[in-house]
Amino acid sequence: MEFEPVIGLEVHVQLNTNSKLFCSCATVFGSLPNTQVCPVCLGHPGVLPMLNKRALECAVLCGLALNCSISSFSKFDRKNYFYPDLPKNYQVSQYDKPLCYKGYICFTDNGAEKKVGITRVHLEEDAGKLIHSETGRESGVDFNRTGIPLLEIVSEPDIKTPDEAYLYLSALKNIIMYLGISDCNMEEGSLRCDANVSIRPKGETRFGVKAEIKNLNSFRGVQKSLAYEIERQTKEVLAGGNIVQETRLWDADRNQTFSMRSKEEAHDYRYFPEPDLVPMIQSQEFIDSIRKRLPELPNARMQRFVSQYGITEYDAQVLTSDKHLADYYENCAKLNSDFKMISNWIQSELLREMKERNLEINTCSVTPEKLAQLLNLIKDGTISGKIAKMVFIEMFETKKSAQDIVREKGLVQISNVDQIKAIIIDVIKLNDSVVQEYKAGKEKSFTFLVGQVMKATKGKANPAIVNQLLKDALS
Amino acid sequence: MSLYSKTAHELMELLNKRRISSRELVNSVFDRIEKVDPKINAFVLTDKEESLRLADQIDAKRAKGEEVGLLAGIPVGIKDNLCYRGRATTCGSKILKGYHGSYTATAVSKLVDSGAIPVGNLNMDEFAMGSSCETSAYGSCKNPWNLEYIPGGSSGGSAAAVSADEVIMALGSDTGGSIRQPASLCGVVGMKPTYGRVSRFGLVAYASSLDQIGPITKDVTDNALLLKVISGHDSFDSTAVHTDVPDYVSLLEGSIKGLKIGIPKEYFVDGMDSEVESAVKNAIKKFSELGCEPVEVSLPHTQYAIAAYYIIATAEASSNLARFDGVRYGFRAEESDDLIDMYFRTKSAGFGAEVKRRILLGTYVLSSGYYDAYYKKAQKVRTLIKQDFDMAFDKADCIITPTAPTPAFKLGEKLNDPLTMYLSDIFTISINLAGLPCIAVPCGFTRNNLPVGMQIIGKPFSEDKILKTAYNFERATDFHKAKPNLV
Repeated sequence: MEFEPVIGLEVHVQLNTNSKLFCSCATVFGSLPNTQVCPVCLGHPGVLPMLNKRALECAVLCGLALNCSISSFSKFDRKNYFYPDLPKNYQVSQYDKPLCYKGYICFTDNGAEKKVGITRVHLEEDAGKLIHSETGRESGVDFNRTGIPLLEIVSEPDIKTPDEAYLYLSALKNIIMYLGISDCNMEEGSLRCDANVSIRPKGETRFGVKAEIKNLNSFRGVQKSLAYEIERQTKEVLAGGNIVQETRLWDADRNQTFSMRSKEEAHDYRYFPEPDLVPMIQSQEFIDSIRKRLPELPNARMQRFVSQYGITEYDAQVLTSDKHLADYYENCAKLNSDFKMISNWIQSELLREMKERNLEINTCSVTPEKLAQLLNLIKDGTISGKIAKMVFIEMFETKKSAQDIVREKGLVQISNVDQIKAIIIDVIKLNDSVVQEYKAGKEKSFTFLVGQVMKATKGKANPAIVNQLLKDALS
Repeated sequence: MSLYSKTAHELMELLNKRRISSRELVNSVFDRIEKVDPKINAFVLTDKEESLRLADQIDAKRAKGEEVGLLAGIPVGIKDNLCYRGRATTCGSKILKGYHGSYTATAVSKLVDSGAIPVGNLNMDEFAMGSSCETSAYGSCKNPWNLEYIPGGSSGGSAAAVSADEVIMALGSDTGGSIRQPASLCGVVGMKPTYGRVSRFGLVAYASSLDQIGPITKDVTDNALLLKVISGHDSFDSTAVHTDVPDYVSLLEGSIKGLKIGIPKEYFVDGMDSEVESAVKNAIKKFSELGCEPVEVSLPHTQYAIAAYYIIATAEASSNLARFDGVRYGFRAEESDDLIDMYFRTKSAGFGAEVKRRILLGTYVLSSGYYDAYYKKAQKVRTLIKQDFDMAFDKADCIITPTAPTPAFKLGEKLNDPLTMYLSDIFTISINLAGLPCIAVPCGFTRNNLPVGMQIIGKPFSEDKILKTAYNFERATDFHKAKPNLV
């Protein structure tokens, strides 16, 4: 029997508002424990929440970017459970009236268009963080994170493969980065993901029993854990076993999932409407005013890159798949009109160096201005492309500008015809046998002779001129 | 007449004319507290030193001719569920033992800004859950009119302290009758404002959609004065409404001729205490003499109010009280095996029986599979009760009913019979469910010399109208002037 997996993802994104969802405490990551707290987020007796309007706007903006409908009437609910990182022992979340619902995301998987439905997007408060002592005897709670606004984005079970899950997450993250409403940093926990997965015989329309995977801390982890879980469930069923509904934890070191709790042990959250907050009524005017704030989103930007810069759809796709990368490209394009060359340089040289040096594009020392200057040196014939690649690496190492490096190292290209002619005459003299071979029809010998000229000029000779003059000299 | 036995508006005149100082007044009040509170047990804490310090500040301001607030120098008692920075707030519960307010409730801030002096915290049923002030971890409060009787609850300490002249005025909170019932049982004036009139920020929540802070005073004028001070929008409470706060005192005067007074037939039923019934009926006669027109109205869903209330209030309470877990503040049980064990031990030892009963009930009605049958249905009943009032107000300008079905009962009489105890609030609960303003005023005495009160219910945000109605009644009667004999 052949099985197909059914996957749905639940993503939590921390909004980058200056203050928390229900109080005015700061939200700076990495501050000393319990320095960004007040009676409200500490759940002291008698406190009440006040909604951060900016968080509401971010949520609506995200809903619109994900093609959702925005609820005209929405409300908060209390999700009740006991845990020391939750000061009130309930989380203010949204249950049956989410702010945004019924949207979708489009992305391409190996050239094929994919569309994954978004069930809902809702606003809720984050919990604190437990810190355990080395002995395991004591635990502390850091409440700095308590009350930071979170968006919960729930997909439809439309995802068919672990690869698709990876692409969905990348596309979602990219959209949120474009909106500028979150850092989406999985390591710092500003983006978190839980995955629901079940299998069913191919052709079956009903869903199988699902497992929820938690503790996923990278997109690759999501992909791997899903692959593991699909295999585990398939083996289980083929061996005549039953899948039980449960929550499983991903162990990234062992590449395995482990059962955490079964359905029977699952919490009864006793949701009910939060009486301390008035319902949120979104007028059409409000929704329209947020819609006006929507920036250009990745798909639209990709299409614009194709038409405006004349690059291929593939290149445009790569460049727009990361907002910072696309910004980088456009900043270069303002200073250098060889759009194709910029695209090639970014995709090959820049991305390679970034990866090797483990750098982030938005904090890269070789700024778009610096790269554009380097490429201008190629364009105006000051240096050759080959020298430029060397200069580029030098730019990373020394943080100097291309001009400075070229000047200091004397790398200016030799384009003087007389100077090159003189060198060619020398090379022909010294390599008589190769010249004879060339004349006898061995094309490869030509390349060798060019190489000799370049060697004699330490690579500085203008290759186009060398080619031309050498051909002339040998004819 | 001693200073402590006067009303705030009388005292403000003396203070503003500098005939007396606030220090004298505070001393007078503390003399009274020291004399009678050992019998009554209205206070869970007092702070004489701080009170005198504040009194001296006010006196100095007056001496310099500086402008002072509406209640400058008046000693006021605060129910033990309102936070005041640096002062213990325990809600009459062991579980908040050792907790000191880390901030001040908005209503208390406004009080302090007006120059009032918060002399101490007043006893209450634990977490405002009770109708007799017997569930307090600090022992029962007694009715000043008869020390063998309960003062009512949950704001029993507030009503008893005002009645016994231990404070000039007091703040209480009312979730199902907790201001009005004790006010009536102690013969004083108590108001539950419209939901949203007074900020709840800093009021330790029992049932968030029903709780409201309000004034308990010796007469209607003081009630208007205190309400004015504590009302208004608050940027810390999104349920506090943005509407102007009228100058209630200046609106008290004027005739109520032609006012249509609704008498709901469902509130005058067989088996109700005959002395209560006759006192309220006499009051209605008095209103007729004042030119008002009694009209019969119907509130047909009244019979479901208690059931709906004990579902909604306990559901919210089960969630509101979850935070008292021993992790961050207050009481924590010693020696527990692990986290869950600590939760169990802390809550088991920290909460009293009535609070546990309501947490269990609330947890049950919200549980998966029961939510629709209980919580959702109760919310529908709540809507119907609101509609009842809307329709009644088509016919009447205000509605008058007894505040409680009986006068004060004996200590211990109903403590072990929760269902009978819950019936104490049968007339007050609907008003919380509908979110309406309501003022309880004294309207008679029983043969045993226990006070009887009635309540005047108004449309949303018509506090000025019901205060005026109550003021006219008060001027035509002497019930509010009677004092318990405590010596």
